[in-house]
Amino acid sequence: MPEESATSGKNIFTPFNIVAGIILAVGGVLTILRFTGGLAAVTNLSDYNPWGIWIGFDLLVGVALAAGGYVTSAAVYIFGMKKYHAAVRPAILTGFLGYALVVLALHYDVGRPWRLPYPFIIQQGTTSLLFEVGACVALYLTVLFIEFTPAPLEWLGFKRARNIVVKLTMLLTIFGVILSTLHQSSLGALFLIAPSKLHPLWYSSYIPVYFFISSIIAGLSMVIFEGTLSHRFFKGKMDEEHLAEKDTIALGFGKAASLVLAGYFIIKVIGVAADNNWHYLGTGYGAWFLLELLGFVALPCFLYAVGVRDKNVKLIRWTAALTVIGIVLNRFNVSMIAFNYHLPSSERYFPHWMEIGISVFIVTVGLVVFRFIVTRMPILYEHPDYKGVH
Amino acid sequence: MDTVFHSLHDFMLHTESITYILIIAALIGITGFWLFLSDSDEK
Repeated sequence: MPEESATSGKNIFTPFNIVAGIILAVGGVLTILRFTGGLAAVTNLSDYNPWGIWIGFDLLVGVALAAGGYVTSAAVYIFGMKKYHAAVRPAILTGFLGYALVVLALHYDVGRPWRLPYPFIIQQGTTSLLFEVGACVALYLTVLFIEFTPAPLEWLGFKRARNIVVKLTMLLTIFGVILSTLHQSSLGALFLIAPSKLHPLWYSSYIPVYFFISSIIAGLSMVIFEGTLSHRFFKGKMDEEHLAEKDTIALGFGKAASLVLAGYFIIKVIGVAADNNWHYLGTGYGAWFLLELLGFVALPCFLYAVGVRDKNVKLIRWTAALTVIGIVLNRFNVSMIAFNYHLPSSERYFPHWMEIGISVFIVTVGLVVFRFIVTRMPILYEHPDYKGVH
Repeated sequence: MDTVFHSLHDFMLHTESITYILIIAALIGITGFWLFLSDSDEK
């Protein structure tokens, strides 16, 4: 994905463009099938399994991995850790695109997507957790959009508008943290209604806390992971500040992620003890739970700590990738693998290839838009007119 | 862990006892882990 090809237009047939083009073309066809034939035409969803990969991956994983926006902006603007300032714009952009794609995915998943605004204008249903999640996601997407706008406004040369938005930064950050705390935990709380369907090792009355704490881990790890990829593919777009701060960001965020992972590990074990679920650990699901807990929580916790102690940035970056995989696995376990665990295998859900195709299509749309923005707007560098104003 | 519980009190006593022991162990453990994690800063 050389950045020259994105800007000069001389060589558009790069491997990235060819693969992305094929995925977008196939995704376009699948989209037509979805909206002409309905959910049954492209999914394996049923009354037993109304939530499939579009909720498990696109929504639950998407929202968790987009947490880098609120985590980074809170660290820099609320806690005053200015040395991580270079990470804010990429994190906000990743968060904004993540939430935008979540909303896009919801249009595929909801049977009648044109009714998505109904909770706000027709029937509020304020006692429903889904209402709270919907309201928070809609508001937070708006907050992220406003937080992101200084970059396009600088790019377009709208100085006055840009300066007005920048003055709102602290207010937007506080609002963003509040909204994220609410809906990250509420996404876990959605499963409180199904204690008989979710396997006891994953079901807990603490599941909202698990979702919120793990979203912090996801956010910290995604900032490191996304920074690694940006450095690999958009190095030419980075200014000296970004290049100089990339190791500082990896070490600082790695240390924070290690500590939060340690806390997460402890509360997960306490959850097993509080519900007396020890005997399930000897079963097949128990082995799977232990793999998630030891392989994707305890192991990255230890590897982050070793990386921070030894100042081994390479190890921290690989650990960030492992942690991101762990978050994906956790959300898959809660929403699909350990959900409806008691049903016979013939009734269990496995996504249709077209469901997976649409998820890949949505991720590809995100990557293409991310590349379009990063190669044009001041995301990985400071605009010359605003250097050192922070 | 095949303990038989005859009442909610039995269950709570059992699970809470283990949980409290785990919490004390965790508080000691996380303190040690923080020292391990911050060791390079002091150097």
